[in-house]
Amino acid sequence: MSDLNIEIDEEVDITNVVCPVTFVKAKVALEELDDGQVLKIHLNDGEPVQNVPRSLKDEGHQILKLIDNEDGTYDLIVRKVEE
Amino acid sequence: MATDYATLKKGGFMRQKQKNNFSLRLRVVGGQMTAQQLAKVAEVADKFGHGYVHFTSRQGVEIPFIKLDDIDAVKDALAEGDVKPGVCGPRVRTITACQGSEVCPNGCIDTEALAVELDARYFGRDLPHKFKFGITGCLNNCLKAEENDVGIKGGVKVEWQADKCIQCGLCEKACRVNAINVVDGKIEIDRSKCNYCGRCAFGCPTDAYTTTPGYVVSFGGLFGNRISKGEAVIPFIDNHDLLLKVCDAAIQWFDDNANPSERFKYTIERVGEEKFNQAIRDAYNNG
Repeated sequence: MSDLNIEIDEEVDITNVVCPVTFVKAKVALEELDDGQVLKIHLNDGEPVQNVPRSLKDEGHQILKLIDNEDGTYDLIVRKVEE
Repeated sequence: MATDYATLKKGGFMRQKQKNNFSLRLRVVGGQMTAQQLAKVAEVADKFGHGYVHFTSRQGVEIPFIKLDDIDAVKDALAEGDVKPGVCGPRVRTITACQGSEVCPNGCIDTEALAVELDARYFGRDLPHKFKFGITGCLNNCLKAEENDVGIKGGVKVEWQADKCIQCGLCEKACRVNAINVVDGKIEIDRSKCNYCGRCAFGCPTDAYTTTPGYVVSFGGLFGNRISKGEAVIPFIDNHDLLLKVCDAAIQWFDDNANPSERFKYTIERVGEEKFNQAIRDAYNNG
C-alpha cells in the first residue's frame, strides 16, 4: 500500500501549534474537504504524531499513510470520510 | 444514655469539632449518584444541615452539621431518595472509579459495573483497618489506582494481525514505552516492556491489532501519613472471575494476617512480600 501514488487534495501544517490545537486545526482542514478527498497533514514528532492520528481515526476518517521526513516531522495522509 | 460513637462511625457519622454535630458520609459507588439521589441530598442538607455538602477526596459526599437528635429523621429522609449512609472506621470503604469504557473513549474496562459488583461483594466488610478499592479504566490512571489498598487498572493485551497491517508505523510512534519495533516489515512487540495501554491498537488506522481487555491489579497502596505505591503481582489478568478470586484472596489474606489498626501495606511488609505474593499467585493459578 505504501507504494501507491496517492493524490493529495489539500495540505495543512500543524507543526506551529500545540495540543489540542493540533487536532482542531487538522479537523478544520478536513471539514473544508469533500467526502473522499485526501489531506496531507504536516506534524511534529512526540505528542502530535502519537495523538492526532488516533483522534482522526476516532472521528471516522481513514489514515492512509505516515511518512517519516526524518527531520522530526511527519506527513500524515488522511482520506476524509463523512458520516 | 452514652452516645455510641463507634456505631455512629460505622454508620457513616463522623464526629465534628462542634459538640453533637456530625458530618454524615453517604454511600457513593464508583463516583456516581442519580439526579434523584442528589435532589434528596440537597433537601436534607438544607433541612438538617447547613445547606451545603462536602465532596471527599475519594468521591464521597458528606452532609456536615447533622445534629445528634436528628440522626434517625435524616436516615429516614435519605432512604426516601434511595440514599444510604456510608461507612468510616476499619472496614471496606467507598469503591471509587472513573467513568470507564461506557463513557470514556480511552476506557478499556467497564469500571462502573465493576464498582457496583465490588461494592456488593465487599462494601462495609469489617477488617483490621480501613481498606480501599479504586478502579481506573486505562493506563492514563485518572483514578490513581496505586493509591489504594487494591487498585484495579484496565488495559488491553494486543496481538498484531499481519494481513491487515499497512506498515504505516503509527503503532511504533504511539507506544510510549518503546515496546514496538518495525523490523523488515514485521511488527515485533517486546512483551517485557508492554504496559497494556493499547495505544498501538487504538491508533492503528486499519485495526491490525486484536485486543483482549483485562486488569492490572496493585496491592498495598498508601497515600496518607506514609506514601507508598501499590505493586502488581500478576502482570495482567484477562479474566473477570480470576480478578474476583484475586481480590477475594487479597482481602482474606489481610483479614487473616493483619494486626488491629495495621494497614495492608504494613502487613505485607511485616509478614513478608514473598508470602503475600505467593498467596495471590496461588489464587490466580488455582482459580
